[in-house]
Amino acid sequence: MLTKRIIPCLDVKDNRVVKGVNFLNFQDAGDPVELGRRYSDSGADELVFLDITATIRSHKTIVELVEKVAENVFIPFTVGGIQTVEQIDELLRSGAEKVSINTAAVENPDLIAEAAKRFGNQCVVVAIDVRKSEGKRNRWKVCVKARTEPTDIDVIEWAIKVEKLGAGEILLTSMDADGTKAGYDNKLNRSVTDAVNIPLIASGGAGKLEHLYDAIIDGGVDAILMASVTHFGNYTITQMKEYLADRGIPVNL
Amino acid sequence: MIVVIDYNVGNVRSVCNAFSHIGCEVKLSCKSEDINAADGLLLPGVAAFGYAISALGPLAEQAKESAFDGKPLLGICVGYQILFETGTEHGEHEGLGLIRGSIIPIPLGKTVPHIGWNSVKIPEDMELLANLGKQKNFYFAHSYYADITDGDTRVAYTDYGFAMPASVQKANIYGTQFHPEKSGQAGLRILKNFARICKRNTGKC
Repeated sequence: MLTKRIIPCLDVKDNRVVKGVNFLNFQDAGDPVELGRRYSDSGADELVFLDITATIRSHKTIVELVEKVAENVFIPFTVGGIQTVEQIDELLRSGAEKVSINTAAVENPDLIAEAAKRFGNQCVVVAIDVRKSEGKRNRWKVCVKARTEPTDIDVIEWAIKVEKLGAGEILLTSMDADGTKAGYDNKLNRSVTDAVNIPLIASGGAGKLEHLYDAIIDGGVDAILMASVTHFGNYTITQMKEYLADRGIPVNL
Repeated sequence: MIVVIDYNVGNVRSVCNAFSHIGCEVKLSCKSEDINAADGLLLPGVAAFGYAISALGPLAEQAKESAFDGKPLLGICVGYQILFETGTEHGEHEGLGLIRGSIIPIPLGKTVPHIGWNSVKIPEDMELLANLGKQKNFYFAHSYYADITDGDTRVAYTDYGFAMPASVQKANIYGTQFHPEKSGQAGLRILKNFARICKRNTGKC
């Protein structure tokens, strides 16, 4: 049976992982290759490297990083912060399994279709950051440019559109839940999983182990992204998986 | 030496890295002389079926001839899918036709693509999957699967609400729908098995 995934996300700047990483008790959070290997050994199902600068110049740096990570890490990893098909080609050739597109997909939705046609849908993750619409229940709007710019795009309409264009997965972050440690926004997650047929990776809001279970059962999500900055407690990935396995959720232990 | 056929599809480097990691000599190449000299061939793949088969171009004939001559050939993901007769991703395309069967969409009602770690039941008589135990998890990422109609094959299955082929073997032709190069230690074990098969074939071990 297909297992539910736990995916650590590492924010990268100038070839170093930045911000605190408190999953494992690392002294140095900086070396992406070492961190990738440690996560892989400690039970991560995949990794996400997010290029938080995402400029033309930083792209070159991230390609070099991907090459080094791929020499040492033999689980899939996704690279985020993509703008063009050429960049996708380069990253996949360098050893990344998937790429994630956020703002560039909103600005140019055809990028999703182009990428899907050339590399297959399974390579294309569309990342969506959303905020709850004020005064409206169960409505969420998409934000872009590293969450700084709200748009008028409804999350459900956008999710359906990206699926049609060829996205293979959606990585959904609730900006309202993120950092609260009060649990995932499972109304949001469920609205999206009901609307599309592609896997959903949820992010933002974990505070207790049961929140992971709730996201899978109530939200219907396929995978959970652990952003290093908002990661909760001192649980190891194995502990998270054992908790889920004890409650009948299939995991890769 | 194992030659990873470089036909401009994604993740070629990952496969080479994995072979290097297990101490196996590997070369990424699209040259005929390298393909001829290889102990075994690997068709990697992160691409759509149609793109992959057209990107392979004239190398397709050479890969087929090598396989007919008995050279071990391992296809991974889309490299596995193009071993079959036809593919239906983004239009109908002809594959290498080394194994009878076609590549068809995962049935409606399932989450598609099938992405993540799924367990594969391992038959005892598949050399590629030897020494792994009875069941192991591997990393899959695909929207289409092989409907195998070839009776001369051995097949390992995964459960996705139905028994979906995960790996195939027909004489010297091998394939995995999942990515051994991205499936941790169990995946590396499979690549080791393939390296051993290649060496034995050329009498080097």
